[in-house]
Amino acid sequence: MSFLEVRNMCRSFGGLRAVDGVSFAVVKNAIKAVIGPNGAGKTTLFNLIAGSLEPDSGEVRIDGKNIYNLPPYRIARNGISRTFQNIKLFSHLTVLENVMIGRHIRSRSGFIPAMLHLPRSRREERDIRERSMEILELMDIGDLADRDAMSLPFGKQRILEIARALATEPSLLLLDEPAAGLNLYETAQVSEMITGIRERGITVLVIEHDMSLVMNISDEIVVLSSGRKIAEGVPTEIQKNDEVIRVYLGEDDA
Amino acid sequence: MNMRKYTPVFGLIAVIIIFQLVTTAIGREFYLTQLTMSAYYCLVILGLTVLMGYAGQISMGHAAFFAMGGYTTAVLTTCNLMNVKESLFVKLLGTSGLTIMEKNAYGAEILHLSPWISLFAAVFVTAAVAFLIGIPILKLKGHYLAMATLGFGIIVYRIVLGTRLFGEADGISDIPPFKIAGSLAVSGDPAFRVQNYYIAAFLVVAGVILLMNLIDSRVGRALRSIHGSEEAANAMGVNTARYKLFVFVLSAVFACIAGVFLTHFNGGIGPSEADVMKSVTYVAIVAVGGMANLWGALVMGMTLNYLSLRGYFGSFDEFVFGSILIFIMLFFPEGLLKMGNFRNLARGLARLKNKYSADKKEG
Amino acid sequence: MSFEQLLQYVLSGITNGSIYAIVAIGFNIIYNTTGIINFAQGEFLMLGGMTAISLSAFLPLPLAILAAVIITSFIGALIDFIFIRRLRSPSVLNMIIVTIGLSITIREIALHVWDEKVRSLPYFTGNEITSINILGAYISPQVLWVLGISSVIVVCLGGFFKFTLTGRSMRACASNITAARLCGINTKNMVTISFMLSAAIGALAGCVISPITQTQYDCGTSLAIKGFTVAILGGLGNSTGAVIGGIIIGLLEAFSISVLPLAYKDAIAIAILLVILFVRPSGILGKKEAAALKEF
Repeated sequence: MSFLEVRNMCRSFGGLRAVDGVSFAVVKNAIKAVIGPNGAGKTTLFNLIAGSLEPDSGEVRIDGKNIYNLPPYRIARNGISRTFQNIKLFSHLTVLENVMIGRHIRSRSGFIPAMLHLPRSRREERDIRERSMEILELMDIGDLADRDAMSLPFGKQRILEIARALATEPSLLLLDEPAAGLNLYETAQVSEMITGIRERGITVLVIEHDMSLVMNISDEIVVLSSGRKIAEGVPTEIQKNDEVIRVYLGEDDA
Repeated sequence: MNMRKYTPVFGLIAVIIIFQLVTTAIGREFYLTQLTMSAYYCLVILGLTVLMGYAGQISMGHAAFFAMGGYTTAVLTTCNLMNVKESLFVKLLGTSGLTIMEKNAYGAEILHLSPWISLFAAVFVTAAVAFLIGIPILKLKGHYLAMATLGFGIIVYRIVLGTRLFGEADGISDIPPFKIAGSLAVSGDPAFRVQNYYIAAFLVVAGVILLMNLIDSRVGRALRSIHGSEEAANAMGVNTARYKLFVFVLSAVFACIAGVFLTHFNGGIGPSEADVMKSVTYVAIVAVGGMANLWGALVMGMTLNYLSLRGYFGSFDEFVFGSILIFIMLFFPEGLLKMGNFRNLARGLARLKNKYSADKKEG
Repeated sequence: MSFEQLLQYVLSGITNGSIYAIVAIGFNIIYNTTGIINFAQGEFLMLGGMTAISLSAFLPLPLAILAAVIITSFIGALIDFIFIRRLRSPSVLNMIIVTIGLSITIREIALHVWDEKVRSLPYFTGNEITSINILGAYISPQVLWVLGISSVIVVCLGGFFKFTLTGRSMRACASNITAARLCGINTKNMVTISFMLSAAIGALAGCVISPITQTQYDCGTSLAIKGFTVAILGGLGNSTGAVIGGIIIGLLEAFSISVLPLAYKDAIAIAILLVILFVRPSGILGKKEAAALKEF
């Protein structure tokens, strides 16, 4: 049974069909990559799944549950977490605090207990802090915990964003171009990280342009072009697919 | 409990007590009056700091909430119930101690509602209005939010200015004191200056503690995340709309309570408390104090309000405020009391000192 | 209501409405080039009126008005040079506070230069009691001046933005400032010109409305608020919308007197502003996505 099911997603902007009847499924605990040339609608698709954009039509199901039209914060509570193409870290917050926000949906203290500094909220704070530090240590950036998040070098910022998303304990993780702007070494690190994430039982859907990363770690690949799905399958199939080659490399003007 | 983070609060309490002892000792106890008034305005500013500095939402109409508090208590406590004193409802209120019979300034007997009722009524009304208006207003951002809150503030001002019930341009006066317990009462009576000073100080300290706790908690962090990136906050599961609304209502309630107490202290209230200038002043002080800086806002609030109330700026009052706004925003967009500025200042001074000693050596 | 009365209300509404529209257009010019909402816009009208009044003591009226427009326009340029050019990637709040600070400061300077008395320019033609009969309604000839000058401003601006190189450069800045720079347009100068232009038309409007509504050191604030309402109603940045919006608000205000007590008249425009912001922030002629893009 597929864990994530996308059925007939459609979204237009004015006259432009950004996503046009896209359907695919992701098996539980798999790593599935979404690739395609620029403007194919990949990030739009993510926004539709994550709820920050309203679809014109279509369905998204998580573990059988229909999450159509839920606001983004509800979708997060349903076990879906994401990163952003242009990193959206919380400015004015430290590295540790950024990850602690990830623990928000796994904790409960409200306004009044917070203001009165009740013991229950104090205990919860300690828990949140500990768990967040654990995640930072796991991702090897524990020593940067008290630095201002925006002061980190670019590669570390990307890792921090992933750490934050992991803190929500998602069952599905959407990664939007996690290797963009990274050098070879950093890309390899991210590669390892993603497989590590899969090992913890999390299903991963990743948009990427870096073909070596995609071919290396994906179980399956979906190819989008101009808003439509043009191919889906295992990496070796996709590599040989004529349509995919044409879309990426252009027509052979014989 | 980590008492260390409360050290500044203990410092504040110490300063408060020292001020009082000093002014009594040098026979200038009347300074306490302006300090008390400044303290109440600081309550508004503290609430606004959390809304603007931590949650990142602009409110250019906060004086409206202050006015709502003040006018509610003014209307309810000056409403003379003598004519209906025999009615069942009034008798019922009387037996539960909620009405007060006393002599007014002319020696006539009047019956009015207890200020405790008007306090609760004011908080209830203000919270309700803030809640209702907050839902649509907080969907806006940037300039639109600023203008909407400004517009809201002006509407309240116009209502207060144009309605007979609120005394129109003259406002409401002869407001009875707010009896808290025994002989402890909020009023302008010079004999109780010191008491009133401590009542105001108590409210400010309580406010600071509550807000410090809030900022340092899961909720406070969520608010700051909204300020950092509302989209990411939503993606991480923070119900940003609800949090923005809560903090908006909270800051409105702070302003309302300040309005109630200051109105009883002054014995009156006028439409100038709802004026656009007042709202702008609050925003200015928050910005100057450092936006996300409770202590900065408190220091700036006390200083600027006190100087303004004592008339140090004379007829140039608004000019000074306007200039401060421009100056701070151009040169210190992060606020005046940010650590970064002190470091820059120290560096600049060090450079000057080096230059001076270098010149001296040559000369 | 008789036809004459109706006509009276309509003309009064359109007169005020066209002034609001001019203020709104001033907002739009600066907003389009810089993304800044200039809270001090109303002060330009006040300065134009006050300066002209002072100058008319020893200059013939047309010269006094011309001089006032030039001086105010110069002040607009000064504001840009001293304050706006200094700002480096400002946040919305910074911008708002700076322009509010400017508005307050200019107002207070005006108070100390001119005192708080209410003054007005003499009527351009005739005096307070001349009136022209139009279809049974008696209006002052000044009303025709207001309508006439407003229309001339709108038409000239339209022509300026459409047909002159400077005008088109400014539109380029509004569309995409980076691309404009890459095309060799000196965007900093375009910003200055937009401030000067806004100030100039504001000053002219301030002069022409002065005999009717009188000028006072603090008359700028309420004009700015109404102008802003009109700008948002018509769609921020859209000048045709500003004209339409101005007429609508002007008419609504004029007719509201017959329904609500006079004291609440000023609150009408604001109530409408709030409703628009809640329901359709992009305004009548604004595009929904454009409104979302221009927020910070």
